[in-house]
Amino acid sequence: MSKEKKIIANKRKPMKHSISDRVLDLINYTVFSLFAFVCVYPFYYIFINTISNNKLSESGAVIWYPKDMHLKNYIDAVKIPGLGQAAFISVSRTVIGTALTVFVAAFLGYMFTRETLFKRKLWYRFVVITMYFNAGIIPWYLTMMNLGLTNNFWGYILPAVVSPFYIILTKTFIEAIPRELQEAAEVDGAGVLTIFYKIMLPICKPILATVAIFSAVGHWNSFQDTLLLMTQEKYYTLQFILYRYLQSSQSLSSIINATAGTEVAANIQTQTSIRMTVTIIVALPIILVYPFFQRFFVKGIMIGAVKG
Amino acid sequence: MSSSSKSKKMRSYKEFLLILPFLILVAVFSYYPLYGWIYAFFDYQPPLPFSWDSFVGTKWFKILFQNKSYFKQTLQVLRNTFAMSGIALLFSWLPMFFAIFLNEIKNLRFRKFVQTVTTLPNFISWVLVYSVAFLLMSNNGMFNSFAMDIGLIDTPIDFLKSNQHIWFKMWLWLTWKNLGWAAIMYIAAISSIDTELFEAARVDGASRLRIIRHITIPSLLPTFFVLLLLNISNFLNNGMEQYFVFQNSWNREYIQVLDLYVYNLSTSKPPVYSVSTALSMLKSIVSLVLLFGANTFSKVVRKQSIL
Repeated sequence: MSKEKKIIANKRKPMKHSISDRVLDLINYTVFSLFAFVCVYPFYYIFINTISNNKLSESGAVIWYPKDMHLKNYIDAVKIPGLGQAAFISVSRTVIGTALTVFVAAFLGYMFTRETLFKRKLWYRFVVITMYFNAGIIPWYLTMMNLGLTNNFWGYILPAVVSPFYIILTKTFIEAIPRELQEAAEVDGAGVLTIFYKIMLPICKPILATVAIFSAVGHWNSFQDTLLLMTQEKYYTLQFILYRYLQSSQSLSSIINATAGTEVAANIQTQTSIRMTVTIIVALPIILVYPFFQRFFVKGIMIGAVKG
Repeated sequence: MSSSSKSKKMRSYKEFLLILPFLILVAVFSYYPLYGWIYAFFDYQPPLPFSWDSFVGTKWFKILFQNKSYFKQTLQVLRNTFAMSGIALLFSWLPMFFAIFLNEIKNLRFRKFVQTVTTLPNFISWVLVYSVAFLLMSNNGMFNSFAMDIGLIDTPIDFLKSNQHIWFKMWLWLTWKNLGWAAIMYIAAISSIDTELFEAARVDGASRLRIIRHITIPSLLPTFFVLLLLNISNFLNNGMEQYFVFQNSWNREYIQVLDLYVYNLSTSKPPVYSVSTALSMLKSIVSLVLLFGANTFSKVVRKQSIL
């Protein structure tokens, strides 16, 4: 037996270092390194340009590393009209929207596992099927207008409160928890809501973290609803403001430079420097948060794939 | 006996009352807008109040195919939609191979790094993707200054303000954003393949490429077909955000897909709400038919639903 194993081990050794294997490894590492580079470099490039001398940056001289480092672009960002308000709206909708969405996903996910619920299957289908159709933007816009949700902060929040996909995630998760836990609590006289708060919420923490992170990214990245619903500037989000900066040919830079007073001439704001700085400000939360929460994202897609 | 069943019923109604507010939200935001489809059959001019007398039947549906200028647009939009969805379908095997070859990388830290970095763009909004494209690929962007520096080109090429290869460029940006993320499903599927299969093949002296061909790929095909069917049922739903942020007067002819056209119709001057509604209604119905068709197909062939 052990002799056989030895033979196998000997057989495997030359295989590992065969030429075709090495070629495969070489191509593999090269292609993946390139693709990883292509994914990272754009953000790196924009970032080093925001902290480099604006004149050098404008002439395209900053490509691999920052030159003449300074932080004035970020200090000046405060003066960009509308940016502070947009950041406030973006953060508010992300925090409030995520909190509500997570709570409702947990609650409905739990309720839809309760066999005592009146017409449980019907209502579950009623909610889930909405993932597969869409009335179109005009009917949706008119609905929102009739409800008074155009030019209204709640127009960002309310439509996303009940999200079928997240409900499927929590329901699938709860179904895997042993029933005895609930039954024991029920014998002790706990009601639906008590069980939900005292037992379900704590147990569901991992899946709720996943839902929260998906929902937060969704709210932060949302662009279309501002485009369709909001005409007043005070409701603009960061994404929308960034889009406008990229489009506008009018020079924001002159406004900022005018209020700046005496400055080092090299670092006056340019159209490009403002665009880059705002891009980093909008992208930073995602870039910083993503590596730490990656496992939650992966878990979400895995549970979603086996949904029932 | 009867009193306990009565109290059971009361309890089940009470639980229903708890979820009722949320069902109402679903009804209001997902079902009620469907009522708006009636605008497709009326001559509705928004600031004016809606009137039942303005019924025009299927006029707006016919206009899309009979009015010459609309018909030309409709054809163009369908062509773009089919082209871009078609390219995406043609390359739908890419995430599978991404996962297979990533799995061949034995250095765990490198593999983890690649996975993290390549999934990141999926969580960046389309506006940010456009911003990246703009800052790197426009006239005085990074690419042009670099290429001119090393003497690759003499005059800057503005990749965004052009109507060249739009379909392919849009596919490239989509792939940049989604490839790493789309591969995760396959990476998980690979890790659930019975390792004894690989061991046995190795003992028999199979090379890595042969193992991939005869074990890994066949084990991934079911996942591939489910995702392929879902992609087919989403053929008309490219979404508008990507195309909206990238559209400009140079590329409009090639970039306008159905979803974007529906939006552009509603913001054109004068806006044509009814035509836009008619078109989005048609699109929704065709998509639903495609989805249920794909699902039925899957039920018959694989004895499994994809929904």
